[in-house]
Amino acid sequence: MGIQTLIWQVTKKAFTGGIIGLTISDRFCSVVPVRGDSMSPTFNPQRDSYLDDYVLVDKFCLKDYKFARGDVVVFSSPSHYKERYIKRIVGMPGEWISSTEDVIRVPEGHCWVEGDNKASSLDSRTFGPIPLGLIGGRVTRVVWPPQRLSKIGG
Amino acid sequence: MRWLRYLNQWRGTAKEALEQVSIVAKFLCLIHVTDRYIISSTHVQGPSMLPTLNLTGDVILAEHLSHRFGKIGLGDIVLVRSPTDPTRMVTKRVLGLEGHRLSFSADPLVGDSSISVVVPKGHVWIQGDNLYASTDSRNFGPVPYNLIEGKALLRVWPPRFFGSLR
Repeated sequence: MGIQTLIWQVTKKAFTGGIIGLTISDRFCSVVPVRGDSMSPTFNPQRDSYLDDYVLVDKFCLKDYKFARGDVVVFSSPSHYKERYIKRIVGMPGEWISSTEDVIRVPEGHCWVEGDNKASSLDSRTFGPIPLGLIGGRVTRVVWPPQRLSKIGG
Repeated sequence: MRWLRYLNQWRGTAKEALEQVSIVAKFLCLIHVTDRYIISSTHVQGPSMLPTLNLTGDVILAEHLSHRFGKIGLGDIVLVRSPTDPTRMVTKRVLGLEGHRLSFSADPLVGDSSISVVVPKGHVWIQGDNLYASTDSRNFGPVPYNLIEGKALLRVWPPRFFGSLR
């Protein structure tokens, strides 16, 4: 009888903790790892994967979708539905972006994202402007490793 | 020394108040998780899904599990975050999945010139049932699958139209 109540208590606590954690991560902020070097040198300046940066993603901006040029954002991929990327917004709706051949206007409700490391970054130069609705949060700080703690401005 | 006694009294009340607040907080978190990840109710209005959904507004129950497992199929009515305005949600029907070829009429009121498209990878083609009064993929192109936020289950208001949607 004792073991059963113990398991039940633990399950209840885990369930409650999980729900609270999920709500906080959806509405306030969450911590995500940065994979790859498409945002070098802002994130992952070296290529060792055991020293991946962990960043704080703020979710308050999702209330009204107010973003600005220069924000680093997390967004779901427009072409692979399970993947998420971290890139910087370099074009807001109505702005003109010059790509290799021509000049493109960013449509309403979309934004143009590019990685800081233009040589190895899969971004809007490949898949075009992305709808703002795909954005899942704005990166505000680097929180790990401790020697790279910093605020991401802009 | 009287204030020490007052402090002790307040400690009991404060603990009780904290417990009540934490119960309310846990309940609100449960509501958030249910609304975002399991099932929610939405008020939809507008002429773009006539005759399936009424012009003056219906309340429908939408579930948020299918799209996370990739189980959105042809003919499903889905709630999608608008690609032209991320603060709005639109309700449309999925008429094409990735890789499908569709042809549609450029302007249903004038002539029958038709355009043929292939839905790119990771995108879906959504259209309102009322072709004459709907801004959908015929205007803004195929939308990324990740903009889908729910699938309509059944209509709960007005009561005489209660039931599943077809």
